Amino acid sequence: MKRYSAFAIAREALRGHIGWERAWRSPEPKAQYDVVIVGAGGHGLATAYYLGKNFGITNVAVLEKGWLGGGNTGRNTTIIRSNYLQDPSAAIYEKARSLYETLSQELNYNIMFSPRGVLMLAQTEHEVRGYRRTAHANSLQGVKTEFVSPDRVKELCPIISLEGPRYPVLGALWQARAGTARHDAVAWGYARACSDMGMDIIQKCEVTGIRTEGGKVSGVTTTRGDIGCGKLGIVVAGHSGVVAEMAGFRLPIESVALQALVSEPIKPCMDVVVMANTVHGYMSQSDKGEMVIGGGADGFNNYTQRGSFHHVEETVRALVETFPIISRLKMLRQWGGIVDMTGDRSPIISKTPVENCFINCGWGTGGFKAIPGSGWAMAELMAKGASPLADGFEMHRFREGRFVDESVAAGVAH
Amino acid sequence: MTTRLARGGRLLNRGRALEFTFNGKRMTGYQGDTLASALLGAGQRLVGRSFKYHRPRGLVASGAEEPNALVNLGEGGTFEPNQRATTQELYDGLAAESQNHWPSLEFDVGVANNYVSRFLPAGFYYKTFINPRPAWKHLFEPFIRQSAGLGRAPKERDADVYEHFHVHVDCLVIGGGIAGLAAALKAAEAGREVLLIEQTAHWGGRAPVDGAVIDGAEADAWVKNTVETLEGMENVRIRTRCMGVGVYDHGYVLAYERLTDHDPHPDLPRHRLWKIRASEVITATGALERPLSFAGNDVPGVMLASAVRDYVVNWAVSPGDRTVVVTNNDDAYRTAIALKEAGLEVPAVIDARTAPEGPLVERVRALGVRVETGRAVAKVKGRAKVEGVAMTMQAGEGAVLEVIDCDAVAMSGGWSPVVHLWSHCGGKLVWDDAQAFFRPDPEKAPTGADGQPFVRVVGAANGAMTTADVLADAGADAQAAPEAAGPIEPVWIMPQGAGPELRSKMWLDYQNDVKVSDVQLAAREGYESVEHTKRYTTLGMATDQGKLSNINGLAVLSRSLNAEIPQVGTTTFRPPYTPISFGSIAGQARGDMFQPLRRTPMHAWHMANGAHWEPVGHWRRPYCYLQPAETVEEAVQREVKNTREAVGLLDASTLGKIVVKGPDAGRFLDMLYTNMMSTLKPGRCRYGLMCNENGFLMDDGVVARIDEDTFLCHTTTGGAEHVHAHMEEWLQTEWWDWQVYTANVTEHYAQIGVVGPHAREVLDLVGGMDVSKEAMAFMDWQDGELGGLPVRVFRISFSGELSYEIAVKAGYGRALWDMLAEAGREVGMMPYGTEALHILRAEKGFIMIGDETDGTVTPQDLCLDWAISKKKDDYIGKRGQARSHLTDPERWKLVGLETVDGSVLEDGAYAVAEGRNANGQRNVQGRVTSTYRSPTLGRGIAMGLIRRGPERMGEVVEFTRTDGTTTRAKIVQPVFFDPEGEKQNV
Repeated sequence: MKRYSAFAIAREALRGHIGWERAWRSPEPKAQYDVVIVGAGGHGLATAYYLGKNFGITNVAVLEKGWLGGGNTGRNTTIIRSNYLQDPSAAIYEKARSLYETLSQELNYNIMFSPRGVLMLAQTEHEVRGYRRTAHANSLQGVKTEFVSPDRVKELCPIISLEGPRYPVLGALWQARAGTARHDAVAWGYARACSDMGMDIIQKCEVTGIRTEGGKVSGVTTTRGDIGCGKLGIVVAGHSGVVAEMAGFRLPIESVALQALVSEPIKPCMDVVVMANTVHGYMSQSDKGEMVIGGGADGFNNYTQRGSFHHVEETVRALVETFPIISRLKMLRQWGGIVDMTGDRSPIISKTPVENCFINCGWGTGGFKAIPGSGWAMAELMAKGASPLADGFEMHRFREGRFVDESVAAGVAH
Repeated sequence: MTTRLARGGRLLNRGRALEFTFNGKRMTGYQGDTLASALLGAGQRLVGRSFKYHRPRGLVASGAEEPNALVNLGEGGTFEPNQRATTQELYDGLAAESQNHWPSLEFDVGVANNYVSRFLPAGFYYKTFINPRPAWKHLFEPFIRQSAGLGRAPKERDADVYEHFHVHVDCLVIGGGIAGLAAALKAAEAGREVLLIEQTAHWGGRAPVDGAVIDGAEADAWVKNTVETLEGMENVRIRTRCMGVGVYDHGYVLAYERLTDHDPHPDLPRHRLWKIRASEVITATGALERPLSFAGNDVPGVMLASAVRDYVVNWAVSPGDRTVVVTNNDDAYRTAIALKEAGLEVPAVIDARTAPEGPLVERVRALGVRVETGRAVAKVKGRAKVEGVAMTMQAGEGAVLEVIDCDAVAMSGGWSPVVHLWSHCGGKLVWDDAQAFFRPDPEKAPTGADGQPFVRVVGAANGAMTTADVLADAGADAQAAPEAAGPIEPVWIMPQGAGPELRSKMWLDYQNDVKVSDVQLAAREGYESVEHTKRYTTLGMATDQGKLSNINGLAVLSRSLNAEIPQVGTTTFRPPYTPISFGSIAGQARGDMFQPLRRTPMHAWHMANGAHWEPVGHWRRPYCYLQPAETVEEAVQREVKNTREAVGLLDASTLGKIVVKGPDAGRFLDMLYTNMMSTLKPGRCRYGLMCNENGFLMDDGVVARIDEDTFLCHTTTGGAEHVHAHMEEWLQTEWWDWQVYTANVTEHYAQIGVVGPHAREVLDLVGGMDVSKEAMAFMDWQDGELGGLPVRVFRISFSGELSYEIAVKAGYGRALWDMLAEAGREVGMMPYGTEALHILRAEKGFIMIGDETDGTVTPQDLCLDWAISKKKDDYIGKRGQARSHLTDPERWKLVGLETVDGSVLEDGAYAVAEGRNANGQRNVQGRVTSTYRSPTLGRGIAMGLIRRGPERMGEVVEFTRTDGTTTRAKIVQPVFFDPEGEKQNV
């Protein structure tokens, strides 16, 4: 792999940029791999990457129905934070956040992780107590957060209206080292690194069946033929239930559309990410100048990846109240992504009833921020059969009632 | 130069001149102008700078597809960035300024990027700014961010108002060109309820501009007639300045009406968002012309041929004195004709086709215009304005045959139907090879809940490109003569064999500075999916969302990949069609109308008596009542003390009240609550716990049995709607055969708590009911009369004090409150707020939903086993509670906590344990759920959940503090005060 650098750009500039090689190869699938990952989104590619990097397993194929990074990796609002309440969540999200910090250098691909800081507004006394609790929990979990005053909120985000009028800002949970990254670049950077390790990323290759022998996975059937594998990882957010059914098990998951939108770009006026859970909305400003806004999830199940309007309206009116200057900005584009929702709003990273078949799903509305940690844990689970970061996220926790309930802390999509 | 012609302008009212400013410079236009036409008319060709390279930009288009002419408009509370000059009508006093440049439009330092553009190809930022790591945060990103954005950020609150309309129609027609008018008329004549909307201020679309003849007369005449007919029909509504925004599932459509953008008015809504439910949606949204990709196609003065025609015909604006027309199709010849008819020079028509023929071509030749065939533009001469075009062979590599002097170029690469609205909700497209465009696939329309198509496309949006075809497609009774036209020849780059040097000067996306070479680079690097290419190059991601660039871009991509265009496909069309204001989306829901406040009947009294408010759900409740010179903390402590020692008055009206009625009501409540409710006697109350299916405690409250069939269930303030919905969900989905009705009557009643040792005296002073111990025992309720008002009195207590809660019809609430307050004066009664309420209950060890519970806590965790019936076979949550983790003896359970030093534990503090877990996190063994300074006990008290807590009485554990230290607290019983209940049982 030719390394990317300013010098490389200068070299290519002088010869019309004809020397750039493919970021990832486009191979034909082989008949057999040690590991097949279904789904070339951020989580699937990260899983493959850490299988190679941490465990030396590189005879790997990542199969993708559409184009890599085309699911929720390319549809989210790019927020990265780890100020979660429950121990297992804080552990995996903080692992992810810390990996994001050095990911550009590690992948030699600028994923533009920008630790601009995230403010989660407390707008009721109940939220104040909730975020104070999270701050206490985070201090024991090694996640640096603090509960800050309204004055500090205003200092960090001058365009906010503290007065309400409906819900005054009473303070906020502040994570200075949280932030945003360029979502597509995360998938592309991992894909390039995986391809460089000799892994095959096979796009436009839809898995149509999962083959088993004696309760053990043996391969998949795809639109590009049968592919055998020793181990199988299912990492297909949005369609997890569908693929799990091919393997013969059911998941405690509902799939719903989550809404997001952006404004037209304006000159920078907001450096931090602000999340307002009481009024249901959150916003940040991209490096291009667009206000990136996240809304809620539709209250009905579907697979369409279409935006609906009602949550957009709810979110926008909340944000117009919170940031009055945005009223005269314009919505440029709205879209939807299909998210897997579990009962406790926490993911599943788990063995399955089929031997050597593993699943990573259920990230709900918060998957992007977890990508490196999720891939790290999934790779370890697949390679070694157990991972401390995956502990607590087993499928069977629902049968035991051992929830990792994050809806306690955040009532809104994130 | 561009100038206003002496004659013509079908949309102009020359009798009304309008003054406006651009970058502070005073200019004049006419009524009927857009800002764009007025700028051109005033000789202003340079209107902006591109995003990445800050190249000079002029107008390219005349409508919604314009990528360049974005301006800051207005100031202060009416300032708006990124307003498109082509869709902004001119008004007197309009003040516009161009964007994205420093220090000025004419001299922009940012243009330095242009000179190093070869170092800034598509995606360069993914390949650099990587090392050293801290540089991204501290150096590179701040630098990049400085150059982000187009228009300025507004500084002030929006001075305008907005509104929403909700309508239902049989047929919604989007687009007021001849196709839309004809389709609307057809639907209206069939007796259907019709709404017809048009995004511009004018009916008729392109037909009148292009000189169409309908039923033997000029199109304008037919348009006028048809509009008049429609206006006269009762079943038709028509609106101009109203754009179709998006089509959503089930025939739900948004439209965006710009009511005062053309004539600002402080008292009228600026925009109106229409929420339309339509049985049928007809999109008649026309087509957009495509640019051609030749070197220098972004130089100001290069415009779409159709836009040139629009400016000449509609607004009598000359785009230049000498305009060269470049085309691959017949339609652009209309522009040559329009220019000639306006008395302007057309030095040449450069046609990429080798043998164009047809009536339009012949007419142009007959006008004496030089027509060059098989030719192409090698390059446009000039930087900030067109100075000429270098002509070459289309089939060649760009060797210049001749330089033709000109100051404007009209280009046409063919047309693309506007398929956005068709596609929003799942409509699919087919590639039409003959006409070189995507058009709606009639076999794959968006379908509604019944599986039937609910969107129909007519006219140019459906690929009908002549007047006759459009009318026929729309089912019009009107006729137009068929037109013969030569075929289009797809030309995706010009000339065909252009090398890298030329390709790096062919613009696809004018605003985002994406060139043919960028798309080719993306393809070379493996960003082969059209979505990858879009995201890698930012093609089509600008404010025009690729209206001009997408088809050209994907054609270039498909060629790079040696694939057919339909195989490459399009990116997804998303709402809105053009950007709409956030103000319009918020509508009326701003300020006081944003989540309207729920007020109890006593709200005004609280306001007048120093209430310090706290939002609780959609209510606002007094947190405490501040007396002069008192802090919030002092007020709360005083209120608690006074209630314990004398008597307090509480507005409890916000508590949820749900009536559950019917022969199966008792059986239903037995399932809903963990307790047995069916055995409750009329006249009695019982405290109940409600769990969700997982077994976790969800809500609590007092249930009163009114009669054999009727129960009144009290819920928490925040839980009323949720609990009611929960009841209905079970009744409607599981127990639909049970005879039970529920009604949320929360707001029907005011409820007032009279709490404290003197409570009975206060009621006696008001008079009318015997509330003695003998007449009304603890947990009794009675209907009666107090102070002449019909009341229902519950003898229940959430404070451990002698306490009555009095419910009265909401309309009497304030009167009763006043009477009680007046009577209480003699015995030292004071009102108290929510915080005192919390402390009073915590001193007694009563749990509070939302404090002791968070969705992960069971009644058993809270040691409320006494409220869980052992006799019942089932209740919601019972099976959940039987799961292994919920019966684990290691679970955290409710205890009281007393700090060793008497201080107050911090909210949300955790109890630390020895060691760390496998992920390096500190082990914990519990947490604080409620913590207060108790005025009664004069010390900090807290409740918390501790691992095996009740078995560990007397043990001291350590709790976290924000400063990193810990506080030691002893595990005690959670009842801190009057454990025997002596105070309440009097």
